[in-house]
Amino acid sequence: MEVKAPVPQIPPAVWTEFKDLQEWEKYHQERPQGDQYSSLLESVAEGLHHFPGGFALTTVADSFLNWARKSSVWPVTFGLACCAIEMMATFASRFDVERLGMVPWASPRHSDLMIVSGTVTIKMAPMLKRIYDQMPDPKWAVSMGSCANSGGPFRHGYHVVKGVDRVIPVDVYVPGCPPPPESLLNGLLLLQDQIQHFRQTGQRAAPTPKTD
Amino acid sequence: MLIQDRLGAPAGGEERALVVTVPAAQWRELAGFAKETLGCRYLSFLSAVDWKEEGLEVMARVENLDDNVSLTVKTRLGPGESHCQSLVAVYRGADWMERECYDMFGIRFDGHPDLRRILLPQDWEGHPLLKSYAVDTPHPPYR
Repeated sequence: MEVKAPVPQIPPAVWTEFKDLQEWEKYHQERPQGDQYSSLLESVAEGLHHFPGGFALTTVADSFLNWARKSSVWPVTFGLACCAIEMMATFASRFDVERLGMVPWASPRHSDLMIVSGTVTIKMAPMLKRIYDQMPDPKWAVSMGSCANSGGPFRHGYHVVKGVDRVIPVDVYVPGCPPPPESLLNGLLLLQDQIQHFRQTGQRAAPTPKTD
Repeated sequence: MLIQDRLGAPAGGEERALVVTVPAAQWRELAGFAKETLGCRYLSFLSAVDWKEEGLEVMARVENLDDNVSLTVKTRLGPGESHCQSLVAVYRGADWMERECYDMFGIRFDGHPDLRRILLPQDWEGHPLLKSYAVDTPHPPYR
């Protein structure tokens, strides 16, 4: 009589019960709209600022925090098109953004900066928004190249977002098609300058949805 | 000459780069003939042209790599017509080409096993390579 070995039953992977990463985030990552700690911090800073002589303290604290922020801006590796080649050249040894404290990081959870390098298609835009939402505050975005700035040569195509600022708020626009590494480096230095002059955390500009 | 005897359609073009136009009803028959009799086993591409009020034209290029013969086959669907016979039963590689054709031109290939959009999102409206597609239609918030 033949004895059959039992067929091993493989349990389903845990993540299969979630339809989508987005759904998982909806249940596990929901953040209150107004972050109570930062608003508390802001009101304390505001009170200190109006206290006689307190502005010196808040200004010093702000400039110290901003110095710390601007000195370790980690861009998330997000290459979309040919601009990404120039971005890689900027990250590489000849231009070496690591001397500015920038480490290209392959995870949005640990990054502060998104360099949108290339054409954003309508199919890609929700994914771009999702990656941007996954980055922790405070965060910045650099729009690199004509396509990300305004749609560029593909502006009148059927599938291109006419400027990434319709999807996410953008701090620095770098022109060029594609911008050479010197241009991008200039844009990153401008961004560092902007970060140094940030007043407080918190209120960010909203994206500007517009139609022609 | 063989093509004309078999299908009643003259073959134009050069000696080794033939062009044949057939009615839409003979589309799959022509492909089967090209593959079995002419030995054109390689499907190079399948695409379509929008001739506005004259209707759509589907074209494909099949090649006999052994004898260095290429054959361009065309068919006119007629004005207002968007159905065409599918070539997947003859050439397996026509699958994605016909899906792209459906995506861009809205041609329904009868007999295709899985006719979905291939490049654009599934919820996209319209077929962008048609001449009647308005490119600057607002698509808020992106366009």
